[in-house]
Amino acid sequence: MVGNLQPCAARVLSPCPRPLGRGAIAQRGTPVSSVQLNDIVKRFGSFVAVDKTSLTIPEGAFVTLLGPSGCGKTTTLRMIAGLLDPTEGEIVIGGRRVNDVPIHKRNLGLVFQNYALFPHKTVVENVAFGLRYRKVPRDEISRRVKMALELVQLPQVGGRYPKALSGGQQQRIALARAIVIEPDVLLLDEPLSALDANLREDMRVELKRIQERIGVTTVFVTHDQSEALAMSDRIVVMSNGKVEQVGAPADVYNTPASEFVARFLGASNILDGRCLSRGAEGALLEVPVFGKVMVPSAKAPHLGGAGPAKLVIRAERLVLRDTAPDGGLMSAPATIDAVDYQGQAARYFLRAGDHSLQAINMIDERPFPAGADVHMTLRPQDCAALPG
Amino acid sequence: MGWAAIRAYTILVYLFMFLPVVVVVLLSFNQNQFGSFPMTGFSLRWFEALWNNDAVMRAFRTSIVLGLLTALISTTLGVLASLALVRYAVPGKNLITTVLIAPILVPEVVLAVALLLFLNWLGIGKSFALLLAGHVIFTLPFVILVVQARLVSIRRDVEEAALSLGASPVQTFFSITLPLLMPAVAAGGLFAFTISFDDITGTLFWKPGGVETVPTQIFSMLRNSISPEINALGTVMILMTVGLPLLGAALARWLSVKRGV
Repeated sequence: MVGNLQPCAARVLSPCPRPLGRGAIAQRGTPVSSVQLNDIVKRFGSFVAVDKTSLTIPEGAFVTLLGPSGCGKTTTLRMIAGLLDPTEGEIVIGGRRVNDVPIHKRNLGLVFQNYALFPHKTVVENVAFGLRYRKVPRDEISRRVKMALELVQLPQVGGRYPKALSGGQQQRIALARAIVIEPDVLLLDEPLSALDANLREDMRVELKRIQERIGVTTVFVTHDQSEALAMSDRIVVMSNGKVEQVGAPADVYNTPASEFVARFLGASNILDGRCLSRGAEGALLEVPVFGKVMVPSAKAPHLGGAGPAKLVIRAERLVLRDTAPDGGLMSAPATIDAVDYQGQAARYFLRAGDHSLQAINMIDERPFPAGADVHMTLRPQDCAALPG
Repeated sequence: MGWAAIRAYTILVYLFMFLPVVVVVLLSFNQNQFGSFPMTGFSLRWFEALWNNDAVMRAFRTSIVLGLLTALISTTLGVLASLALVRYAVPGKNLITTVLIAPILVPEVVLAVALLLFLNWLGIGKSFALLLAGHVIFTLPFVILVVQARLVSIRRDVEEAALSLGASPVQTFFSITLPLLMPAVAAGGLFAFTISFDDITGTLFWKPGGVETVPTQIFSMLRNSISPEINALGTVMILMTVGLPLLGAALARWLSVKRGV
């Protein structure tokens, strides 16, 4: 606890394996590292990159900003970091308004897509860099660097230059460099995008493990929905500079708040129909293909009453069968237009009357062939309803 | 047949270019009083004569001081200009770049006369400072071209990482940007030094009375007679203007190998 700039210095250094962060900070009475965005606007000329966005990221949470490129997620991250100034609005970190605080005084850990290690410095010099500007004593620096390298499981590469490391190793070092300063907030800008597929999944687990271990408030930016779903406590889905939905991964996935969210996360079928009535037990929708569907209330939180409505059906909830089911399930006949074989699963492109649908099913023995007539079956509670 | 002819032709072109240089170097070691073949024996007497020639030694000192100052000022200005042009949104960026590069395109005589007339109009006389300013103007484009090219290849996120870790913008420049820029700065500095050391056209216009650089000294010595001393001086100049950049390149390579960059 020597020379630290904030009270959570013990996080990385503690030898005990359980998560420490939240408890360690609670002593102080008020949370020190929650992030709050109040009506943030960022304009580049006439282009509005981020539009009136408000967001609260609680202490110790792993929050993902998810969206397609150009949705404003990276711009938002860069504003939190202090690399961009918001045109309007307020950024509050740990209760302190930081709009006018330059990046080097915000005490944030930043990890970039392309690692951004200093090529002319060794691994140890890279990791120690931030500590030197914090006036940490020399022996303390080497102790903390050593622990950070152990945390990312690369204790043996300290003397090497970044060029001599693989992409995955470089990203671990970049992470070590960002967390060794015990930042108030860890900001990750698509840190896994430059890695190849297998490594990306390993790093995903690794990153989450480290984040839980040190309990640092984390903002993660990605366009990859599987990363977002696997790692986050909360997902913020963004589109065109606006927040579409904020929620736990399962909520965002199962109960999308908008058609955009439904389409962006996983493959969805969206049927335009009408809401006939809305009661305590659920909303009764009438849609093409399936007819009348009773969607449970929990799956239709944004639907007011009768009127135009949309039914969202996840492609993997639509189960194909040879024969019509006995009862209890919704069902409709369809013809398979095409099959996209994916090994353990297959993606079917279906036609039912004028409507095209998709289904992703696990394969038992062999997939249905293209051209086959099948029955699509579905449980009503697996649907979600949106206002039309 | 075709390739053999091209090969022979190439060799001839190179002979034509470099033979005179070789002749100068060889003759500088000639014992004979008259600088011509056949050589009568190996001797360092002309180098010794050079060493004892006050005018030449003064010119040499002037050239080296001028070259070093030119390199220092040019690289400093060049790095600052490149930073502004590459890292910041400066209004009229393209125009400024063109103006900064222009001295390469304008014939040196025109540049020399123009600067002289301009200072005349301002009522400022010739001085060593003017000579230095002229050399800086003339070498700056080379520095900017080299440094800019390198700066473009330094990723912005490396600097951003340093900032996020707590280094101020100035600390970031000195601990990250400048070290990464160093090969280009060194190359630019060497360019500036050798160009300044070599220059005669501009120098003849700008130099104040009584001040001679090595090229102008050679020039004035040639007007009187062709002394073998000039061969020796030529050899020294070749050594400096060719050897120095080679040494620099070797140093840069050795450094980068050591770092594994």
